[in-house]
Amino acid sequence: MKLSNKTKVLEQGEMTLAERMYLPAIVGGMATTLKHFFMKPATIRYPEQKRYLGPIFRGQHILKRDEEGRERCTACGLCAVACPAEAISMVADERKKGEETLYREEKYAKVYEINMLRCIFCGLCEEACPKQAIYLRHDKMVTVFNERDEVIYGKDKLVEDMGNRYLREGWK
Amino acid sequence: MKVTIDNITIEVEPGTTIMQAARQIGPEVAPPAMCYYEPLKASGGKCRGCLVKVTAGSEKDPRPMPKLVPSCITQVQEGMIVENTINEQVLETRKGIVEFLLLNHPLDCPICDQAGECHLQDFSFEHGVSKTRTVEERNTFEQVDLGDHIQLHMNRCILCYRCVYTADQITDGRVHGVMHRGDHAEISTYIEKAIDNDFSGNIIDVCPVGALTDKTYRFKNRVWFTKPVEAHCDCDKCSGNVTLWYRGEEVIRVTGRKNEWGEVKEFICNTCRFDRKKTSDWTIEGPSKVSRASVISANKYGANTIKPAFPIKQAAEQYKKIDDNRDRSFLAPQKQLN
Repeated sequence: MKLSNKTKVLEQGEMTLAERMYLPAIVGGMATTLKHFFMKPATIRYPEQKRYLGPIFRGQHILKRDEEGRERCTACGLCAVACPAEAISMVADERKKGEETLYREEKYAKVYEINMLRCIFCGLCEEACPKQAIYLRHDKMVTVFNERDEVIYGKDKLVEDMGNRYLREGWK
Repeated sequence: MKVTIDNITIEVEPGTTIMQAARQIGPEVAPPAMCYYEPLKASGGKCRGCLVKVTAGSEKDPRPMPKLVPSCITQVQEGMIVENTINEQVLETRKGIVEFLLLNHPLDCPICDQAGECHLQDFSFEHGVSKTRTVEERNTFEQVDLGDHIQLHMNRCILCYRCVYTADQITDGRVHGVMHRGDHAEISTYIEKAIDNDFSGNIIDVCPVGALTDKTYRFKNRVWFTKPVEAHCDCDKCSGNVTLWYRGEEVIRVTGRKNEWGEVKEFICNTCRFDRKKTSDWTIEGPSKVSRASVISANKYGANTIKPAFPIKQAAEQYKKIDDNRDRSFLAPQKQLN
């Protein structure tokens, strides 16, 4: 049954002899396939080869340390409240005497977890952070995972390594 | 007595202050208050946050008052005309007041437990400017120990004297006061005496900033991740009416109930505040009212699970059964529904 009057019936004429032989069409198709053998492939061999990600790419998170190696994060919770996917959770603790070289402020994040399955890499945590502690790296993507418990990144994976600091152009 | 505030006229009792009259009209015209606290006698007049312009002193003498007046300690007179938010001079002055209050106030809101329910935060957000003009170092004080329950951060204090009045009027022995003068002034317990009065915990609630905070709640969680619930218990010392702050199933803080001006009308005792931290200690009345704009209502799971009665009733009334007698012959032959 006709649902509307917009339908058009396509009139197809009788096929010519060349069309009925099918051979020219097969040859044309083969030529297209053959052309692609000599073209530059559109894909790369990831993960051995990696693409250039661009200076403003938003990849894996990093919890920055300051110049003296102290953690900048104070567990203020602004990233967690800004996060639209509610991927971030944290537990704060008070800095003890003698830990001044580890943490910059009186309060620090004892536990800091990001659920990478939830994260949508929008960068709002980066914008919300008042202490310039959290950034999304432009040079590293979150690695592929096989198990669900691998996707919750704790401080062991997030905190910056002082031997291999993450610096971006334009930063002091 | 008739008084006009921001072009709204209201009838008030003689002896009412401008602040109280403005609060009777509503929160739109009420001036901000950092030091004035209605339940505390003699409080007010210190912070200058509530300055207003009086454009006509009274009916008999309609001359404007020469300077801005603090609304919390100025009584109204018949026919007085007050301008608060509609006066450019008042708004400009408030910017200056915020700047003065923040001169020595550290910018450690990310660390401070009061953040999210801090009156100074609200005040500077609504009335202040976003930039600091000073480069000088801020005043810092030695850490003072106020016992096991109360944490004093003298650096954050804005010297509103609310806690001093609380200690004076609620507790019966004065062991807490302001020492030194001017720039050196500081809240102290005088020879570091711990406050061991039964109601001393209330100085936490009255503090408009994070100078006095709960040690049992220290760094436990941020205010906006906790859920306030009204509850009461049978207490032989106080009214037992409190607000419980939940993180999941766990009570992490107990405070007095605050009204819309952030004031606690019924002070609670230290046992209720610091020791009763189990749900079984309390009779739950229901969730506290939190305004939609408040940071406390952000990120609350289950906010939509409790369906208010009105929309359900409305939906039931407006429910219409779908008309099943429509022509369905064009559909592919299949089993007829119903």
